[in-house]
Amino acid sequence: MKRSVVITGLGPICSIASDAPSFQIAVSSAQRSITPIESFDPSAFRAQLAGQVTEPNIRDMVPKPYRKATKVMARDTELAVIAAKAAADDAGLKTRGSEDDDSGFTIDPARSGCNIGAGLIACDTAELSRAVATAANDDGSFSDSKWGTIEPGSAGMNNLPPLWLLKYLPNMLACHVTIIHGLEGPSNTIMGAEAGALLSIGESMRIIERDDADLCFAGGAESRVNPHGLLRWELSDKLATATTADDPADSCKPYDPSSQGCFLGEAGGMLVIEEATHAQNRNARVYATLAGFAATQSLTPALPIFDDEPTDSDEGLERAITNALKDANLTPGDIDIVYPLAVGIPELDAREAGAIESALGPRADQIPWITLTDKVGNTLAAHGAIAAAAAALALSSQTIPDSPTRSPSNPPNELRNALVCTPSLAGQCAALVLSR
Amino acid sequence: MPTNDPPSRRVVITGAGWVTPLGRDINEVWSKLLNAQSAVAPISRFDASTYATNFAAEVKDFDEAQFDSTDHKSAGRSTRFALAATDDAWKNAKLDTNPIDPSRIGIYTGAGEGSPDYDPYLRATIGAWDHDARSFNSATWGAQALATMSAAPEIEQEPQLTNLHIARRFRVTGPSLNCMTACAASTQAIGEAAEIIRRGDADAMIAGGAHSMIHILGITGFVRLTAMSTRRDDPATASRPFDVSREGFVMGEGAGIVILESLESAQKRGAPILAELAGFGSTADAYRITDIHPDGKGGAGAMARALQQAGISPDDTDDQGRPLVHWINAHGTGTQENDKTESAGVKSVFKANATKIPFSSVKSMLGHLIQAAGAVELITCLKAIETGIIPPTANLKDPDPACGLDHVPTTPRDTNPQGGIKVTLSNSFGFGGQNDCVCLTRFEP
Repeated sequence: MKRSVVITGLGPICSIASDAPSFQIAVSSAQRSITPIESFDPSAFRAQLAGQVTEPNIRDMVPKPYRKATKVMARDTELAVIAAKAAADDAGLKTRGSEDDDSGFTIDPARSGCNIGAGLIACDTAELSRAVATAANDDGSFSDSKWGTIEPGSAGMNNLPPLWLLKYLPNMLACHVTIIHGLEGPSNTIMGAEAGALLSIGESMRIIERDDADLCFAGGAESRVNPHGLLRWELSDKLATATTADDPADSCKPYDPSSQGCFLGEAGGMLVIEEATHAQNRNARVYATLAGFAATQSLTPALPIFDDEPTDSDEGLERAITNALKDANLTPGDIDIVYPLAVGIPELDAREAGAIESALGPRADQIPWITLTDKVGNTLAAHGAIAAAAAALALSSQTIPDSPTRSPSNPPNELRNALVCTPSLAGQCAALVLSR
Repeated sequence: MPTNDPPSRRVVITGAGWVTPLGRDINEVWSKLLNAQSAVAPISRFDASTYATNFAAEVKDFDEAQFDSTDHKSAGRSTRFALAATDDAWKNAKLDTNPIDPSRIGIYTGAGEGSPDYDPYLRATIGAWDHDARSFNSATWGAQALATMSAAPEIEQEPQLTNLHIARRFRVTGPSLNCMTACAASTQAIGEAAEIIRRGDADAMIAGGAHSMIHILGITGFVRLTAMSTRRDDPATASRPFDVSREGFVMGEGAGIVILESLESAQKRGAPILAELAGFGSTADAYRITDIHPDGKGGAGAMARALQQAGISPDDTDDQGRPLVHWINAHGTGTQENDKTESAGVKSVFKANATKIPFSSVKSMLGHLIQAAGAVELITCLKAIETGIIPPTANLKDPDPACGLDHVPTTPRDTNPQGGIKVTLSNSFGFGGQNDCVCLTRFEP
């Protein structure tokens, strides 16, 4: 018999929430937090606002002996670690990350896995700048020979700390989380831009189904709220342009042809998911069941590197939704609420909406569509976990959040199943079905 | 412990392709490996002459420009490696002549990040340092970077772009994942891709990895970690896994791609069956970001699980007293710590059998291809199964007693008198403690 997998812990850390309870309040009342970038001077960029996480502090979210290791964490890793702690606490798990003494753990390390979606982590431009400035030619270009340190007296690359590289390896998110919580089962780092977290959750579900683990930390974390992250997105022309004087609500408007684009948002989204009887045996609170999952590749994401004609549909996303429903043994009529990505770039939103409408048929117009990107920014690798946490809360509380982005005239009386789906920058698509 | 369920679907390998520092033609590279030929030489891609490590195993004679006039004109170097390797694997698997529904073919790579467009990037980064204030000026950086850097090279650095280019070239639209678990990545990608086929979410998967870190900051990062050999006076012998005098790994680059397929699909198409992917194990050390668990227990767990899934007992022997695993392709990086802990892991899994199983490392010749290492090395397992010959660990003159296994020093081993090679394990362990192992078996219907 197929093993059933449930969600028992939520760690949705984003600009509107520092833990699961604050997230529930913020999401149900459609709060937004897109604010002027504080961590550096963004004045050279057209996009100067972002979704930012101000609390909790990383040092408060790791065991005391581990505080020293926070110095080698990129912001992305900090967000993953914070979200994992929040999810473990919310799930009522006792791991070595939650207790200073090492007794009475509620997890079996060898049967606990960790799959985290990550992004390309930008190195700290300020740190690199200080170092490479010591290896400049007179014309301002970089000198390899001054950078190398074989000549006596040359400082060059020694201006970077010895563990510099470790800060930027994407697998460090999962490495720190596995070390802190003692998770020795299968561990993966899945790169999929906005699809990263949903792919990680789906793969975790499969790992539990195939009996390679009983419990997984699953989700994603990313922060592009740094100079290089912002640069990459601005060069791609995907960002809403707004300065401190502008109202972000006027710039990023899902499904609105006048929308300028998205804001970037930093976030860590983590779920604790478990095999159903494992959860039952420890009397865990169950938010929802993971009922179906599918992943596909779309061949025509709208990237400026290809000479594609614009399209108003996304065959890959449509098929991901259809296959996820099939995996859950459900039909479109069983879905009562949908959580799309909706980045606020009109052509991408139109494609995404087209795919959801094709996959769900008339049902698409009968159910609320809840978007988060306009409220917390495009959280990229964290997105799917933040959206899945919102869906899980809606199902467990049987509450449709205020002000759905698309609202049916007759909202459903009950929420039986939720669909969370996303396209992504490079065309990877994923869909997840959650059941009450 | 997990139950050893019979897998729902058998998974076989029907095609393989690679781009390695010793070349692209599989048989040609294989004979170089059997001759213990090293691909390691001074770095030519940039001026590394003053770097503590100034050598690597570079891919040479690869025509990057072959993709310039195509859909892949902006693709980065490692993506081009991946496309070439997939071209070969695709043909090898007869997918050009005996096709599969493209929506039932997925992609699972351990594809690494691309490298920056260094000149404008480092000029902007140098220019943004305010020497008087001793601080970084992000407004200066932003203005110069926006004016001089362009979108395509930045987009192409995203690791998932490799999947997109492969998907567009072969028009495949099934599940698409890319994992970045450092040195474990492409073994993990291949193992997880097999699971996707087993559970029926795809009929075939393009699986493997591609990576090149032979660029300024890639080499810098590992020099700072002091993880690489610094044998500047004799690069060709610098990669010496299991030798007492080993002092670090040597960087390589390249790509390896295999076509995984359900047995029924392969048989229906009349595709060549190169081997069966019989088992996969994946664990985390959960120990330290900089060190491997001293017992090698993470690697041991991955090997044990791969064997369990394959239904092979590590303690048993055949009628001739030969252990059931005939070659272990070692992760064998040539760092003091890896080789010792990996050997300890093998001993803990195989106990009395451990010293009877050949355990060698082709990184001694190819260098360490980081994310691509596992896939390239898995293809050497295919060749070992096909030929019955085990590639040697080159440069191994003085085996370290602390490793103490059958390391096949300097010359290859012909196992055909003992019945050839029916079962191989391939280990890949990532920095930070991700451990993966894949078990291949000679295909028997």
